[in-house]
Amino acid sequence: MLAHRSRLLGIAGLVGGIALACAAPAMSTQADDPWPGLVQDVFNNRPINDGSDVLAIEMPYRAEDAAIVPVMLKTKLAATDDRRVVSITLVIDQNPAPMAARFALGPDAHVTEISTRVRVNNYTDVHAVAELSDGKLYMVKTFVKASGGCSAPAAKNADESRARLGQMKYRQFASSASSGPREAQVMVGHPNNSGLQMDQLTQLYIPAFFVNELKLWQDDSLVLSMEGGISISEDPNIRFTYVPNGASHFRAEARDTDGHVFRKEWKIDDSGI
Amino acid sequence: MIYRLCSLAALFLLCASASAEAQSALPVSKIAADIYVHEGTTALMTRENDGAVANLGFVVGQSAVAVIDTGGSVHEGRRLLATIRNITDKPIRYIINTHAHPDHVFGNAAFAGEGATFVGHKNLPRALATHGQFYLDGFRRTMGDELIDQVRLVPPTLLVEDTLTLELGARTLTLHAWPAAHTDNDLTVLDAETGTLFAGDLVFLKHLPVLDGNLHGFLAAIDQLDALPAQRVVPGHGPVSTWPVALTDERRYLERLATDVRALVARGEPIAAAAAKAAVTERSRWDLFDDFNARNATAAFSEIEWE
Repeated sequence: MLAHRSRLLGIAGLVGGIALACAAPAMSTQADDPWPGLVQDVFNNRPINDGSDVLAIEMPYRAEDAAIVPVMLKTKLAATDDRRVVSITLVIDQNPAPMAARFALGPDAHVTEISTRVRVNNYTDVHAVAELSDGKLYMVKTFVKASGGCSAPAAKNADESRARLGQMKYRQFASSASSGPREAQVMVGHPNNSGLQMDQLTQLYIPAFFVNELKLWQDDSLVLSMEGGISISEDPNIRFTYVPNGASHFRAEARDTDGHVFRKEWKIDDSGI
Repeated sequence: MIYRLCSLAALFLLCASASAEAQSALPVSKIAADIYVHEGTTALMTRENDGAVANLGFVVGQSAVAVIDTGGSVHEGRRLLATIRNITDKPIRYIINTHAHPDHVFGNAAFAGEGATFVGHKNLPRALATHGQFYLDGFRRTMGDELIDQVRLVPPTLLVEDTLTLELGARTLTLHAWPAAHTDNDLTVLDAETGTLFAGDLVFLKHLPVLDGNLHGFLAAIDQLDALPAQRVVPGHGPVSTWPVALTDERRYLERLATDVRALVARGEPIAAAAAKAAVTERSRWDLFDDFNARNATAAFSEIEWE
């Protein structure tokens, strides 16, 4: 039944897309849905199940600032469920490099919420695909309208973002309970240049330069890692929940496409709150 | 291929009609001796308004003319050119762009055949390179193919590092390039003779100020602008106004935005909360508040959390 309905919707969407394309060629994004191709490229054509009981994705319907669009991923598995979320892949269908990020969740960290910020180039579906410990994929999606106006998915202050290169900040948020999950944030100063912009004067493409890996640990236990692409906003920023294991230090390591490695560690509870 | 042929044919038709048909002049006011300003409508750029939402101006010296911003479409730029030609036949020597935003530069191509030198902040070429294509794609949605197909991004060849003076014949304009504020490529133009400041989008009246650079820098620029020896300002948006009282509303809004966002960051609220909560007390005082406040708050948040 579910499959039947979604196929009908798909056809309706296609017809609507063609009508739109005729009226206004610029709005033809629905006519050729990139998702089936992305399932092939990013997920190797593996079957993808409805994920509405497994995870949720929250983004504003309108991307107010195309360079900084907040996205929140939440896992919804019950505590009694014997499966766990191994990874969540975030795909922004209409972006030049759709695979925005793949988050791997530490096996013992019990991460249930991850927030970050992405660039959105167009009107687009955004998919979040969780891989569970049973090896199956589960998907949810939302739709975001790129903002008009003078906002662009590029640095506002290109000199400052370069000057901040490699700086890292950790923040732990106040928690009402002394046990249970904690919320923390890691920020990495980096311009995260997309490499897709042509310099009008030199006619050369500005080279890509971005953080492609960020790993976070409490002592030696992995909390979260992110494999990132150019759709992650400048100064990559991850806010997440995790369950403390009694570790004394929080550690972060970021690597970028130029081979820089940035490392920092903080004493837990040393966040300035 | 057929598609490309069609669009090429359409382009020929467009060009033919544009050159055959005399452009209707863009209305301007003479705001001081030999200084003319077109006041844009306070609105978003659309097909219906030709993208004509920013203030544009020109200064006529004894030997030449300088144009300050060219409008939000080539069509608007051509109308500005027609207005200039109704007033003077002196050569247009300089086209000055106050920053990279489309409502200020999309008309540049209308002046490309005038033999003028394009002038901008040293960061303007970079901003056009990194943002330009996105502007073209984005505004196609609201302005349509006909207006956008004509737009060419024309980068400046005369770059302003700090301060530069331009001579128009018994008329000297002083250009100043600012550190990141409204954008990272803001340029102001001061005509000392009449005390007229073309502030670009470093000054907004009526239209909610837009933050696309650095909030701390914007507030610092306002303090420095305040001290300039001008009598009147041509803001980027809103009416020509008395100086420096014209800064009052903008300063109050940006300070409120900074204070509110700083408090949200201190409380540990997420960035999405800033969009909904920051500076909402300013809502009734501005046009286009709902179009720009949330993005200003988002931009301010991502800056202030690094403090």
